Amino acid sequence: MIARALFLFVSLSLTTVVMAVEPNIDYSRDIKPILADKCYSCHGPDAARREGGGEHGLRLDTEEGALADLGGYHAIVRGDIEKSELLSRITSDEPDVVMPPHDHPKSLDTDEIDILRQWVEQGAQWSVHWSFRPIDKTIDREGAWIDRLIREKLQPLNIDLSREANDSVLLRRLHFDLLGLPPTSSQLEAFQSAESENRWEQTVDQLLESPHFGERMAIYWLDLVRYADTVGYHGDQDVSISPYRDYVIDAFNRNLPFDQFTREQLAGDLLPDATERQRIASGYNRLGMMSAEGGAQPKEYLTKYASDRVRTASTVWLGTTLGCAECHDHKFDPFTQQDFYQFASYFADIKERGLYSGANRDGRWGPSMDVPDAELEALLAPLVEKQKELAIQFESTPIQGAVTEWINRLSKPSASWTPLHPNSVEALNGTKLEVKDDHSIVASGPGSESNTYRVTFSLPAEAIGPVTGIRVEALPDDSLPAKGPGRAGNGNFVISEVRTALVTDDQEPASLELIDAKASFEQADGNQNPYKGWKAIAAIDNDVKGKKWGWAVMPNFGVSHSWIASFKSPQTIPDNGELVVTIEQNHDNPGHTLGRFRISVTDKSVDFDPRRSVPPAIIALIDKADADRSEEENNLLAAHYRGIAPELEALRSQIAALDKQIADVKAQHTRTTLVTVSVEPREMRVLPRGNWMDNSGPIVQPAPPHFLPQKPFEGRQTRLDLANWIVAKDNPLTARVFVNRLWKLLFGTGLSKVLDDIGSQGEYPSHPKLLDALALEFIESGWDVKHMVRLILSSRAYRQSSAPRSELADVDPYNRLLARQSRFRLDAEMVRDNALSVSGLLVRDLGGRSVKPYQPAGLLRHLNFPARTYNADSGENQYRRGVYTHWQRQFLHPAMKLFDAPAREECTAERPRSNTPLAALVMLNDPSYVEAARVYAEGLLQEELNEEQRIRRMIEQALTREATNEETTILSRLRQQQFDYYTASPEEAKHLIKIGDLPPAPDLDPVELASYVAVTRAIFNLHEFITRN
Amino acid sequence: MTPESLARQSQRRTFLRHGSYGIGAAALHSLLATGGVPAAEPVENKSDRASQHWEGVYPVIPEQQRIKRVIHLCMAGGPSHLETLDHKPKLAEMDGQPMPKSYTEGKQIAQLQGQADRLKCLGPQHEFKKFGESGLEISSVLPEIGGIADDICVIRSMQTDQINHDPAHTLMNTGTSIPGRPSMGSWLLYGLGCETDNLPGYVVLTSVGGGQSQPIAARQWHSGFLPSRFQGVEFRSQGDPVLYVKSPNGVNLDNQRQVIDAVQQLNQLGDARFQDPEIRTRIAQYELAFKMQMSAPDLMDLSDESQETLDLYGTKGGDGSFAANCLLARRLAERGVRFIQLYHRGWDHHGGIKQGAEVTAKLVDRGTAALVKDLKQRGMLEDTLVIWGGEFGRTPMAQGSGRDHHIMGFSCWMAGGGIRPGFSWGATDELGYEAVENPVHVHDLHATMLHLFGVDHERLTYRFQGRDFRLTDVHGRVVNEILT
Repeated sequence: MIARALFLFVSLSLTTVVMAVEPNIDYSRDIKPILADKCYSCHGPDAARREGGGEHGLRLDTEEGALADLGGYHAIVRGDIEKSELLSRITSDEPDVVMPPHDHPKSLDTDEIDILRQWVEQGAQWSVHWSFRPIDKTIDREGAWIDRLIREKLQPLNIDLSREANDSVLLRRLHFDLLGLPPTSSQLEAFQSAESENRWEQTVDQLLESPHFGERMAIYWLDLVRYADTVGYHGDQDVSISPYRDYVIDAFNRNLPFDQFTREQLAGDLLPDATERQRIASGYNRLGMMSAEGGAQPKEYLTKYASDRVRTASTVWLGTTLGCAECHDHKFDPFTQQDFYQFASYFADIKERGLYSGANRDGRWGPSMDVPDAELEALLAPLVEKQKELAIQFESTPIQGAVTEWINRLSKPSASWTPLHPNSVEALNGTKLEVKDDHSIVASGPGSESNTYRVTFSLPAEAIGPVTGIRVEALPDDSLPAKGPGRAGNGNFVISEVRTALVTDDQEPASLELIDAKASFEQADGNQNPYKGWKAIAAIDNDVKGKKWGWAVMPNFGVSHSWIASFKSPQTIPDNGELVVTIEQNHDNPGHTLGRFRISVTDKSVDFDPRRSVPPAIIALIDKADADRSEEENNLLAAHYRGIAPELEALRSQIAALDKQIADVKAQHTRTTLVTVSVEPREMRVLPRGNWMDNSGPIVQPAPPHFLPQKPFEGRQTRLDLANWIVAKDNPLTARVFVNRLWKLLFGTGLSKVLDDIGSQGEYPSHPKLLDALALEFIESGWDVKHMVRLILSSRAYRQSSAPRSELADVDPYNRLLARQSRFRLDAEMVRDNALSVSGLLVRDLGGRSVKPYQPAGLLRHLNFPARTYNADSGENQYRRGVYTHWQRQFLHPAMKLFDAPAREECTAERPRSNTPLAALVMLNDPSYVEAARVYAEGLLQEELNEEQRIRRMIEQALTREATNEETTILSRLRQQQFDYYTASPEEAKHLIKIGDLPPAPDLDPVELASYVAVTRAIFNLHEFITRN
Repeated sequence: MTPESLARQSQRRTFLRHGSYGIGAAALHSLLATGGVPAAEPVENKSDRASQHWEGVYPVIPEQQRIKRVIHLCMAGGPSHLETLDHKPKLAEMDGQPMPKSYTEGKQIAQLQGQADRLKCLGPQHEFKKFGESGLEISSVLPEIGGIADDICVIRSMQTDQINHDPAHTLMNTGTSIPGRPSMGSWLLYGLGCETDNLPGYVVLTSVGGGQSQPIAARQWHSGFLPSRFQGVEFRSQGDPVLYVKSPNGVNLDNQRQVIDAVQQLNQLGDARFQDPEIRTRIAQYELAFKMQMSAPDLMDLSDESQETLDLYGTKGGDGSFAANCLLARRLAERGVRFIQLYHRGWDHHGGIKQGAEVTAKLVDRGTAALVKDLKQRGMLEDTLVIWGGEFGRTPMAQGSGRDHHIMGFSCWMAGGGIRPGFSWGATDELGYEAVENPVHVHDLHATMLHLFGVDHERLTYRFQGRDFRLTDVHGRVVNEILT
């Protein structure tokens, strides 16, 4: 109820203010928003949905259309209300005549009708939408022009800027705005006692040189470009692109001109002699979501990725909603559907896949590069030297005699395993088992979901002694999916249990115990498998860990595998006896049964055929007569033997350990990062209704939106051409968009409030001249970001108090006229940084891989392929700034999410600022904040202070201002209450102070400490603590 | 002090005069300045606006509102309509024979792509039976749901646009496959507000079992471009039901209350000093946070449930099963939660569908039926909408021993306020491939659901990126034929 009422209130008050200052109706500011909102959906740019009089329907979005002869009458006749059909229709009482029609979800209110009437009366003058006009170059930029342009709007209301905020508020504001971190008490003292006339400018300059400036700016930029550490779709797997994040931080710190920043991200790979940094920057093009979902159609996903790039780039740089023209011409702005696909076509050269099959296992998400850190080279040098020495030693150890012996040993095929021919075969559920000539058994027919095969054998007594072991070969077969050996769709099987028994005519069946199971290959990927893989031993475990686990062979399909096990005691099978082998296949994912297999036994050592582990090419050489081998072939054999020779084992393991050490050092000091690689561009067509399966649309080439300034171009344009067009001096959008957002960071609201759309559905700026002057200054400064920040901060307007003023409450309730500063809650990352910084826990290192703060267990349990658990970082990485938090798109760290950090699936130009009970629970109960409060209390307990002094200091350091007596009284009472409780329950005190990785200070009394933790927790939960004022 | 006495004490607190569930003034501002609903009466008292109970932006006319809440039982993974709700004898006859090309040519398929020449029919793997007086045909693997046949309305002509799990869920929840849009629960909270202050208005519960567990993204319950205040909150059956709802170790509720009291007193001093309406909202939110701390354990504590009830659901609770979640769903519904969504991740039967469908069905059958019966016996079914179904169906063609994803035709059912009981609507062709009779698109489902709340799906809008967005995008038709 209140909500609806307020809506009216807001829209009226803003109009009232504007009208008071500028009596003339301006089309772009006053009229177009009404027409666009209420009329364009049927009388706008989209020809397909256009209705009304005239041959092509009535268009109200163009001057021509609105003035056109509709067959004896006109929608608008300049200066003539009576003859303007538009006015008679919108004021009509007749249900069939009135516009918008009754069944239309929008209607016009009386104020809107009045404004339209006045406009027609005043001559219905048209103008190009404000943001598409060239930037106004005539605005005077001498002296304190920002303040002058703000005061220009205030003077008619007899209002001036507010008084300057006090030092404490001012310094706190400046620190949060520039660094995202609070000032310390000593910084405040220094600021207060500075006597220089330029103390403000000096402080600003100092902070702009801090490396934390880049971190603060990156928080905002990363939202825009939707930076994340996971791919977002389906399994939301991790992807490594953190060097891009560090590039952004570094670029703001180096004050890289914004035009170059733009080129490097969109087209760093295309720059001549691209540096490593520029290639990392090109990772921008790879920040979108990607999918590895089985069954996804690559072409569909390539279409999704292409649209996403248009939506993102057009919002990030142009502040427009070109993305809306994917299925049809834009309904409000002059973008056509062709513009959309031409824009998309700039990115058609990016090497990528629609479906990253297998990336969930191997992590290959398209082109990437390794980025070593500064230390790697020096660390590697001695290791590589050692590696060379060992290699020489390895090659020079003589082995000739041993090679010959090895060749002789392997030259005879092993006869140790004897395949058995079944006497009988049985399966469940109607499955048919057929015995082949080679003694193998092939399964077919129904019942493949799960099964138990029972096979009986007699032993060829003449050939064999007591049997020591059994072998099950899983064999490929053309009749099986993926050639087997299993019957599952991919060729897999799971043998959950192999049981053996001896049956003789006159006796009870005796089961024979199997031990030491091994397999020639075991499926590695484990998920929740208790054996950490699909192991041979799981087939003789009597199903103690569940019958679904067993031996399996993914992804090695279409080849043979062997599984062997020893009998606990060697068995003689009498002539009247049979060996019964039962193979159970009870995996819970149906279909994992054996397709073709063979059973053998041995009376010798139970081992795989020694030739089995030797590659076929080497076996072929071994089988040649000595005389027939060339010297080269002998060398090959010798080289292979060195790789397995027992006498070289020690050396080999030394080499392997060193190799591993080198790999580990490299891995620790190298990050990979996705980069852009340019290939032959894909064909790009206009997709009718955005339908990726419809190939009937025309082929398009890269080009900027047709109605914006551009130069004629020959040949195919590239992403670099796009970047150059975006930052061309006559592009009316880019500079306006950037300075508008910068203004938002420093004042809480943009000069044009809708940060992601300065098109006709956005907001006409509260201070159009100021916005244009800032945009021009930005371009003329050489796109100098720090210059713009410095300039805005130098204004009196920035430094004014944010306190509400009663005279403003009615005329400007949302502070759009800027007669005071704003107050707003810190961004999610800064909420964290602030608490860590105040407590002293914050680790101020710059850059590096993303880190994982504590989070409640089990949050990632909905993810699969692979299943995941969250392992919080330990040590210094636990206390890094929020900007480095692992950005799991689907399950973002809850403390971030609850303070409105976006998932970054899409470009975000403005975060909401909510104020919810769930966020209160974070500040109250998240161990990160409890630990920070405790460490903060510990610090002040180390000092010689009485209770009152200590509480005062706690308030002052956390809030960078003096404490009042009332405040210390409240907190002192709290401390006493808690002290009484913990004195009675000292164990509880110990629990509280143990929260977090950092152990409590050993010399402090737990009860005393716990009572002060209540105080610091209370301070951390204050509204003021997380508010920029 | 007991939780009850704490609750009483907190109710006496003067600052509660300001009301309860406020949305932050800043968020409210952005919400209202862009709101797509016609404005109404003038502001009575501006200074209190930030801390008012959020009643939603949509002017519902009470007589038009049939339901107060939705319980969406989402059968995630894509249950086969051919083994659950859509009986196709002809498909049984065609078992093992080539799928006629006239059905499949030019159509989108997922994992069977590239096998167009080798597609074979797979007959229904389970018997169907007629249930109840209505005689609705339901698979024998869902006997308990069969038992409530006379309370439900089966739709056998569902269609969707998205053939992979992630985008199909996103469409089912947000009306589009493009990420970043609000889910239906968020739309409801934005439009209608919520009846509880002690619990979130939109709660999600999940369970697994019976088949491959496809991932579920938090996008499915996200508020998209709506303020995050409206996002779904996942309740967990292990650990704290709500994230951070438990006080830190070593801090009991009394201690916590003392800390919060100090915070509130200090914030009030701040309010006097700064006159910032956000502070008043913050104060109200801390009260609510504490109420949640007290009421969450109460929600999870099933000791007040009768043995009959526990037997009805077949659970003792606390085991993370679908049945336990159904019981929790009823408790949430009783406490005024607007939108309750239960995911059961176990219906993705690419292989072994005979056994798979049976196993998964068994895991959800009893809990589902118990929920409907329980709501009914408590008189709550008449103002609750229960929706049971997946993000898509499965192919009549075999994929080995299973079925592939399928979007041209599938089934779901609804029950509750305003829904015609013991009724079926729409039909697929004789092989269960395409919805040929009265197709119902996901958008239509959304339009119908909103209609039951008394909301015109074309009028509940939100301005974002220059456009008025709505749950049904530019589509949606109320399926009046299934309404009473």
